[in-house]
Amino acid sequence: MAVLVSTTVNGDHAEFACEPNETLLDVLRNRLALTGVKEGCGTGDCGSCSVILDGRLVCSCLVLGIEAEGRKVETVEGMAHGAELHPLQTKFIEHAALQCGVCTPGFLMAAKALLEKNPDPSEEEIRFGLAGNLCRCTGYDKIVRAVQDAAKVMRGA
Amino acid sequence: MQYAAPETTKAAVSLLAKAKGSAYVLAGGSDLLVRMKGGFIEPDLVVDIKRIKAMREVKKTASGFTIGAAVPCAELGENKALLKAWPGVVEAANLIGSKQVQGRCTMSGNLCNASPAADSVPALVAAGAKAVIQGPKGKRAVPVEQVPIGPGKTSLKKGELVESLVLPARKPRSGDAYLRFIPRSEMDIAVVSAAVNLSLDAKGVITDARVSLGAVAPTVLLVAAAARAIIGTKLDAAALDKLGAAASAACRPIDDKRGTIEFRTKVAAVLAQRAAKIAYQRAGGK
Ligand SMILES: Cc1cc2nc3c(=O)[nH]c(=O)nc-3n(C[C@H](O)[C@H](O)[C@H](O)COP(=O)(O)OP(=O)(O)OC[C@H]3O[C@@H](n4cnc5c(N)ncnc54)[C@H](O)[C@@H]3O)c2cc1C
Ligand code: FES
Ligand code: FES
Repeated sequence: MAVLVSTTVNGDHAEFACEPNETLLDVLRNRLALTGVKEGCGTGDCGSCSVILDGRLVCSCLVLGIEAEGRKVETVEGMAHGAELHPLQTKFIEHAALQCGVCTPGFLMAAKALLEKNPDPSEEEIRFGLAGNLCRCTGYDKIVRAVQDAAKVMRGA
Repeated sequence: MQYAAPETTKAAVSLLAKAKGSAYVLAGGSDLLVRMKGGFIEPDLVVDIKRIKAMREVKKTASGFTIGAAVPCAELGENKALLKAWPGVVEAANLIGSKQVQGRCTMSGNLCNASPAADSVPALVAAGAKAVIQGPKGKRAVPVEQVPIGPGKTSLKKGELVESLVLPARKPRSGDAYLRFIPRSEMDIAVVSAAVNLSLDAKGVITDARVSLGAVAPTVLLVAAAARAIIGTKLDAAALDKLGAAASAACRPIDDKRGTIEFRTKVAAVLAQRAAKIAYQRAGGK
């Protein structure tokens, strides 16, 4: 039986009905039309479904939609302010840190979560911080450089 | 499937005890949801414990630390007092999965999932941690090594759940450490793992120790002979040799694509020795 869930997504109040065993990933994509979040594996291994739930980076494929009741969900759709891209988004474009783009929303959320905790990470910290995100295209180097560069901009350096 | 998110332990126990079909506790869901989606289990009831306030806290008391069953591992790494007292337990918990998994997974879930390769369990066993279990018949506390009884099997009875894990108070000059072998540098399941927890006297002689091994038997092992090998020593070469031999002797591993029996048996010794050296140093030994 479907249940009614009331939550906050990217700062806005959101309500949806979902089955109790439906994942937050499916809810975001199929019920709230937030298709930035991607399903790569569905088992927590690839990170393409990464969102921030109450301040913590999580795989939305391993969260039930119903768990979002009363909580705050942030997705890639909430990163830009209108037409103004987030520094991470700008730097991903500048550094060509994406090819097919399927992994990109997950990397952006993971990088955002990383920089919020650690504004000046070493390359190693970035690589470990993003180890839960897989990319089949870029070979990761460009992603790491984009994150380093964005971190610099965000620190105002 | 029914979903419930009670706000008290009592309500959670009552839901689990009264459940007609299959009922599961949901902590971080990083094992449970994978198994549900894989079609390995079809729960009739899932009881989410994350809305139970007492289970979301880490409390420092005179008798040690109480870690609520719903505290995600990411939070443990951010707790300075816990990190200082039990660096081995925290480093083990923080090896589980990725940052994303860390944001959800719990040590209690790691314990109750009962995988012989669970990363936080050897560290908890070495630490002498207790699991506080609540059930229809009340509360009981058992050493964590008594919770898993085989791959995927626990000693918990119907209606029972782990409410918290309790780490004992730290003696002066104590240290612990956890190491695992994986073929990658991140995001992999332990092929072998070892945890050592020890205390020293003022001269640097080991007065007590606990050694635990993971992924070398159907459950995580507490190896008393390995601890005896180093108690009364300053972890000299002879003591380390004996420690390694005792660790290898305790192994009853399987052969699989991740590691052979021979490899696991040998690496268990190496990891136990290295973890002992780190723990010794953390305890202030030279
Ligand atoms: C991508 C990925 C990588 C992973 N990497 C690792 C790794 O490196 N090392 C490792 O050890 N594990 C790893 N795991 C497995 C998993 O993350 C851990 O076992 C984790 O600690 C489980 O905790 P949880 O809170 O998510 O448990 P859940 O999935 O919520 O629960 C696990 C089991 O325990 C039961 N349970 C949970 N809490 C309680 C309780 N309080 N009382 C009674 N029963 C309870 C549940 O009903 C379920 O059967 C990984 C998983 C994924 C998806
Ligand atoms: S789809 Fe969630 S981690 Fe791959
Ligand atoms: S850009 Fe294609 S998977 Fe990363």
